[in-house]
Amino acid sequence: MSQPSLSEALRGVVRRDLLLAMRHRSDVAMSVFFVVIVASLFPLGVGPEPAVLRTIASGVLWVTALLACLLSLGRLFTADYLDGVLEQTLLIPQPLAVLVVGKVFSHWVISGLPVVLLSPLLGLQFGLSGESLGVLTLSLLLGTPTLSMIGAIGAALTLGLRGSGLLVALLVLPLFIPVLIFGAGAVSSSLAGIGSEANLSLLGACFLLSLAFAPWATAVALRIALE
Amino acid sequence: MSTTGINWFKYSSPQAIYPLAGRMIPWFAAVAVGVIAIGLYIGFFVAPTDATQGDAYRIIFVHVPAAWMSMFLYVIMAIWAGIGLGLNARPSFMMAQAIAPTGAMFTFLALFTGSMWGKPTWGAWWVWDARLTSELILLFQYIGIILLRSSIDDLRRADRASAVLALVGVINVPIIYFSVKWWNTLHQGASVTITAAPTMAGSMVTAMLIMMVGFWMYSFAVTLARMRCVIVERERQPSWGKPASIPDVVEAR
Repeated sequence: MSQPSLSEALRGVVRRDLLLAMRHRSDVAMSVFFVVIVASLFPLGVGPEPAVLRTIASGVLWVTALLACLLSLGRLFTADYLDGVLEQTLLIPQPLAVLVVGKVFSHWVISGLPVVLLSPLLGLQFGLSGESLGVLTLSLLLGTPTLSMIGAIGAALTLGLRGSGLLVALLVLPLFIPVLIFGAGAVSSSLAGIGSEANLSLLGACFLLSLAFAPWATAVALRIALE
Repeated sequence: MSTTGINWFKYSSPQAIYPLAGRMIPWFAAVAVGVIAIGLYIGFFVAPTDATQGDAYRIIFVHVPAAWMSMFLYVIMAIWAGIGLGLNARPSFMMAQAIAPTGAMFTFLALFTGSMWGKPTWGAWWVWDARLTSELILLFQYIGIILLRSSIDDLRRADRASAVLALVGVINVPIIYFSVKWWNTLHQGASVTITAAPTMAGSMVTAMLIMMVGFWMYSFAVTLARMRCVIVERERQPSWGKPASIPDVVEAR
């Protein structure tokens, strides 16, 4: 039997995770509706003043995206951990960090991409328009993969611990803060008319940095959790 | 290694560290008390009153050294964690565990004294400035590392998992240090750097540096004391009053 190549293994991981997500469509729907509901709470709580909503829009939508990512982190490795698939994954001859990239990518497709696609609609609810809507979507598109990457480290570190849901929030949220600042900053600076390029570039830098280091750290954390 | 005749790994076992730490703690503690007393004296009575900030500025003699220590201790903790992961050495993990609460304390102290200084000078207890925010993140990181360790029952996994988290968080330390340069915000830039002459009176710099030495000594004393507690807790061994013999140790493993 010939060994599958690296890209075949990566594709296999992604296909399996996406297939499993398709079989549990309600899980995906849950994170989408979570975002919609949380984002709708703010105009009700803060009051429907358009000027206020426009100023808080970027922050609210970014925090919502952050929470949606956080809440779905539990699904990233737990099911595989419980049914023993993760142990088998560790035995695959291909480098674990690359397989982790595959798992994180499918996690992003399930939890991050719906938020990105929904964001123009939610932005309209908050009175954003034109360029700032585009910047919001672009910043989420650049930022949410970073959130999934960083979140994977936390998910792997807390795998199988009691109270891991709360713990992962405490570990991961401080590391999310730079992404939140640059992402929300991109939208506010576009609203202020000073251009969003600097913040978007920083978001891109965060993504590349996390792509280089996070899968590796996640792989180490997974081996520690399963040894 | 055999050519130098020095056994580099003599103190890499908890059994050897325990008595050594016990002998070192009183010295470090005594020096810490003396040096901090001298530093506070110079800071409060010798250093001149600041032209614009009045006497409120004197809080920097605690604030700046505490902020430095919070970053130093994080890096040192991460280095111990890295050594532990690389060499699989238990005492390194114990060191990292012993350093974390002291680092968290200094981070809190820096934030607390900073807000006490900010109220009279900036007119606000807290501003969402890059330096303040990144230092707050550092506090969250320390707390996260301590919580992660304490919520894992298996010691080996607790050591290694918190080491990975500590190493991941190192990225924040340069961000804190350079935040006043990268973002043009309220917190002023560094007055004391290695490359240029300090932009403050000589006695102020002296007091600050003396305070930092004092905080270092305090950290050594407290960390070593905590290290001894960690060793006793982990290596529960009844015969630790007298020098441990090899059969004792083998039995305890």
